[in-house]
Amino acid sequence: MPQIDYIEAIRQAMAEEMARDEDVFVLGEDVGHKGGVFTTTKGLLAQFGEERVMDTPLAESAIAGVAIGAAMYGMKPIAEMQYSDFMFPATNQIISEAAKIRYRSNNDWTCPVVIRAPIGGGIFGGLYHSQCPESVFFGTPGLKIVAPYSAYDAKGLLKAAVRDADPVLFFEHKKCYKLVTGEVPDDDYIVPIGKANVLREGEDLTVIGYSLPLHYTMEAAAELEQEGISAHVLDLRTLQPLDKDAILSAVRKTGKVLIIHEDNKTGGVGAEVAAIIAEELLYELDAPIMRLTPPDVPAMPINPPGEKFYMLNKDKVKKAMQQLALY
Amino acid sequence: MTQSGSVEQTSRHQELGLTDDQAIDMYTKMKLARAFDERCLLLQRAGKINFHVSGIGQEAAQVGAAFALDRDQDYYLPYYRDYGFVLSVGMTMRELMLSVFAKAEDPNSGGRQMPGHFGSKRLRIVTGSSPVTTQVPHAVGLALAAKMKRKPFVSFVTFGEGSSNQGDFHEGANFAGVHKLPVILMCENNQYAISTPLHKQISGRISDRAAGYGFPGVRVDGNDLLAVYEAVKQARERAVAGEGPTLIEAMMYRISPHSTSDNDLMYRTKEEVDEHRDKDGIAKFRQYMIDCGIWSEEQEQTLLGRIREIVDDATAYGDAAPFPAPEDILLHVYGDQDGEGRA
Repeated sequence: MPQIDYIEAIRQAMAEEMARDEDVFVLGEDVGHKGGVFTTTKGLLAQFGEERVMDTPLAESAIAGVAIGAAMYGMKPIAEMQYSDFMFPATNQIISEAAKIRYRSNNDWTCPVVIRAPIGGGIFGGLYHSQCPESVFFGTPGLKIVAPYSAYDAKGLLKAAVRDADPVLFFEHKKCYKLVTGEVPDDDYIVPIGKANVLREGEDLTVIGYSLPLHYTMEAAAELEQEGISAHVLDLRTLQPLDKDAILSAVRKTGKVLIIHEDNKTGGVGAEVAAIIAEELLYELDAPIMRLTPPDVPAMPINPPGEKFYMLNKDKVKKAMQQLALY
Repeated sequence: MTQSGSVEQTSRHQELGLTDDQAIDMYTKMKLARAFDERCLLLQRAGKINFHVSGIGQEAAQVGAAFALDRDQDYYLPYYRDYGFVLSVGMTMRELMLSVFAKAEDPNSGGRQMPGHFGSKRLRIVTGSSPVTTQVPHAVGLALAAKMKRKPFVSFVTFGEGSSNQGDFHEGANFAGVHKLPVILMCENNQYAISTPLHKQISGRISDRAAGYGFPGVRVDGNDLLAVYEAVKQARERAVAGEGPTLIEAMMYRISPHSTSDNDLMYRTKEEVDEHRDKDGIAKFRQYMIDCGIWSEEQEQTLLGRIREIVDDATAYGDAAPFPAPEDILLHVYGDQDGEGRA
């Protein structure tokens, strides 16, 4: 099986879906001739032409809104937000429109749009090229939200998102683009939306998370194995709807749970995961539910020590896992 | 032509390619919209319905525009006062009343949305929301689909003059201009954004904004049914010829308060409203039809009787229709099997 980057997996997913269905097209800022500021759409224009790989005016609400209009006709747009930090002008279109089109029309109209946005920091991007916006959209029924951890999932989840009948936000971690590689089939497959994935079986504690921080978790878990601590790791993969059954069985397995993400602690996805566990499994827990996230500051700074302080890393995750295991 | 005096001269509607029957049909749609609106105001005051938002004074522009479109294939994104428009593209009085009473059978939303939030895939009326102007980029997206799929339809979107200040108007217009998309943007400039008068909303002309986006903007008398018909017809011809969007600013006056929750005498005078009442596009067109010799007082009375029956029937039907089952609010969050909302 070919070994490819996370970013190449995203690119392949788009190319395959565009080849498979002529109603699929890509639009966004600099996605055409430049191939995207991260090169995510590189080569697509040469393969599919300007009409299906469309450079748009610099106006995020229009990128989302035009994609929504086209989707209501029956097209399958993939709208790219250049950075998720610049997605907020499109929030009204996403929350008031895309999320509610099926519901408000009583199932008459649908909005099968995909909105891709690079999330996260660790690239010296400062406050406005580093944010995680998941919690802004999380808790809006009608939206599906996915955030892949591996190259395999990135391709399979994006293909599933394109084929989904409802709006899907696809949050790709920009630090994973080149850092993460993995075996990815070059044939057609999807990763189903709504299904979490056990990354590692273990007995002593459970870690639940999504996206980049799970790489730190997996490194930490490998080291802890040497110290006799066995970690069970669950990748949510889909943030909305959450795979409640997978969360509960992962926690039930060890009785101790650490929830991690790069988005803010307050109001983050982890708060909801913790609430689900507290509602269902209180008497099966052997330790208080633990969360590890960056601090609740508006966003991370560009200065390297400050960014390092903000970001999660293997050591921070390992320390938290040790603490919980020894509780 | 039934009147001897006009045998040699062609009337205005005929010059525009409209038959006498079509002119009468347009008049009928305006009268239906007005009668619906007045009935809803009455129903709200009587406590039968909770809310109504009125389009009185805007019917001429709405009906004129609708008749200029291809009602077999165009897509429409009307705003919340467009009763005359939706009645002209196929929505029935019963369907409007089902929406007003928020009943299960309401095709717009199954009793979920406020009245005036239109939607019907069958009629290609695209579902709308309450945050204003979000529909403009949607109309542009539909026009983009027309271009990509090489289909000869256009999208037609309306909004108020207050809405023309929203970013979505500008972003959508700019996008449409760049890609020369087959979309018609019509501003129903009724002089008020709830209580805020035009001069506190806009310092220039809305129609002039089109120049900034590289396509024509025209201002037209919104009380003149045929003038709006002509403007939209020309805009549609441009659109299907691949010449791109047109912005139309139809000038009118909102005769009613903003909604049944608004006391408009807090911010405008009765004299001002009365002055505009005299410029009503419906009365103006009736006089035009009489002058053309295609309408008579007898026909007027017959029509009024028929409309009364239609409105009475629809009111009774809407009132008697069942509400959705309460638990139906859980349906249609997503399309897949697990798509129901969780209680």
